[in-house]
Amino acid sequence: MSELNELYQEMILDHNKNPRNFHAIENADHVAEGYNPLCGDRLNLYLQMKGDQIQDIGFQGSGCAISKSSASMMTTGVKGKTKQEALLLFQNFHKMLSGPTNAGFDLKLLGKLAVFSGVSEYPTRVKCATLAWHTLKAALGKRGQAVTTEDNV
Amino acid sequence: MKARGKMAHSKGENELTPPAPLRIRGEFSRYPRGVGGVNDVSGSALCPSSLDVKRLRQDFPILRQKIYGKPLVYLDNAATTQKPLWVIDVLNQYYSDENANIHRGIHFLSERATQDYEAARGKVQRFIHAKEVCEIVFVRGTTEAINLVAQSFGRTFLKAGDEILISAMEHHSNIVPWQMLCEQMGAKLRVIPINKKGELLLEEYERLLNARTKLVSIVHVSNALGTVNPVQKMIQMAHAKGIPVLVDGAQAVAHLKVDVQVLDADFYVFSGHKIYGPTGIGVLYGKKERLEKMPPYQGGGDMISRVTFEKTLYLDYIRSVGLEAIAVHEKDLVTYGVKLLLSVPTLRLVGEPSDRAGIVSFVFDLVHAHDVGTVLDRAGVALRAGHHCTMPLMDFLGVPATVRASFALYNTRSEIDVMVEALGHVTEIFG
Repeated sequence: MSELNELYQEMILDHNKNPRNFHAIENADHVAEGYNPLCGDRLNLYLQMKGDQIQDIGFQGSGCAISKSSASMMTTGVKGKTKQEALLLFQNFHKMLSGPTNAGFDLKLLGKLAVFSGVSEYPTRVKCATLAWHTLKAALGKRGQAVTTEDNV
Repeated sequence: MKARGKMAHSKGENELTPPAPLRIRGEFSRYPRGVGGVNDVSGSALCPSSLDVKRLRQDFPILRQKIYGKPLVYLDNAATTQKPLWVIDVLNQYYSDENANIHRGIHFLSERATQDYEAARGKVQRFIHAKEVCEIVFVRGTTEAINLVAQSFGRTFLKAGDEILISAMEHHSNIVPWQMLCEQMGAKLRVIPINKKGELLLEEYERLLNARTKLVSIVHVSNALGTVNPVQKMIQMAHAKGIPVLVDGAQAVAHLKVDVQVLDADFYVFSGHKIYGPTGIGVLYGKKERLEKMPPYQGGGDMISRVTFEKTLYLDYIRSVGLEAIAVHEKDLVTYGVKLLLSVPTLRLVGEPSDRAGIVSFVFDLVHAHDVGTVLDRAGVALRAGHHCTMPLMDFLGVPATVRASFALYNTRSEIDVMVEALGHVTEIFG
């Protein structure tokens, strides 16, 4: 069972058990719904922007430990960042999950999000980890747009 | 994959000489090793049933492999069953020696393939005890069979305002074709509700049957919960009002003895790959008087029949092992499994039907089914975690997904022990 520790790192388990920013934001100005039709995971994302900056962010929904903790850590990671900074994080996060190790992503930039690197060993779970990020991208792009993991990045 | 290498085992041995035919035409020269011959009682230690499971397991080469260094425990049989060597060999032989288009060529191979194809039809007829051989239509699978009835029967006999009746525990394959048809015809899809145990509410069903109902389409055995529906009684109830019934037997035929004449089903559909046969082949049974009134479903060469492979020897495999014995064995496994599962802390069964086939679904209060699936996978246990293509049912039960163990003739009690032990790690990791 020790191989499972690579996937389910302590930090992931903690965010799964105690997700941060796990709430709706009443006066959110950007919202989006994320949905993974393969496993039925759903996620609602709420953003409050100040110009180009993510001032507040919250999420609600149900999903596996990977999808929930990824959403939780994403919210803590992008709060206070600009739209461009957030999208750059996603780009790096996505590269880390889909490519072999060190395939052109900035580990330093990813910071704590690097705990998800083990997910790349589980191809079926990559979409769990990226659902929240796809949803964030949609929320930043357009108001109220629904997105699924089947859409292109 | 390891399995592929193993499946090719016979090829190396026969490199210089062509493989000997496995059978005499229309007969079988090989029988499942688990039945007949010297009776090895060691199997009874695995399970108190009349099946010699230990020997039967040798018929399935894929079961010999290890996953992450652990013996494969295959409990995803409701998705697809593994194939006995017998079936694999026959497929190999067909493409090596006999491949030809049916109902076409006047050459030897084509004529022989046509004969085999028609013989296979007879075999299916006997397997489900259809009255006539012409009542067996080969299709690609359950889904195509349902679509065929929806488009051919449905578009002929349905008009705006009519109703099709399905149940709340249907697979998407028995929902979407009817939704499409209803949209096309301005008809209405109505749904028989279920209780929390996962059983159909027959009083509601009775109430829903009315003069506008043109067809009832119900699942025989629920793929998500294992519920065995009282289809014979339901068919009687529908027929009393002159309404025909289609039964989705995808999860039933490998586990229960199905007699379409006793059931009096108007249509009965199933897939080959869930009963130890190859993928891409399925059966639509339809009463002759129904089929005769249905226009062709697809235009093209050999209309309606779209099979790519004509062998149905897997039916002989099942028959020689004995469906009754298989049913007893699987009942034992599921009873044993349910008992053990109930002892796992924070685990909750989803659906507790009084009549259950070899399928059991469960969830953990605080752990998502996919995480459970991953933990089990690392223990070598293959099973399904998800919504099982029954999203309306999952919504009703208030769970996004379940973990599902489904049993076949080759599973053992000790495999269930392995699964339950691995489930113990779930709360360890996520607790």
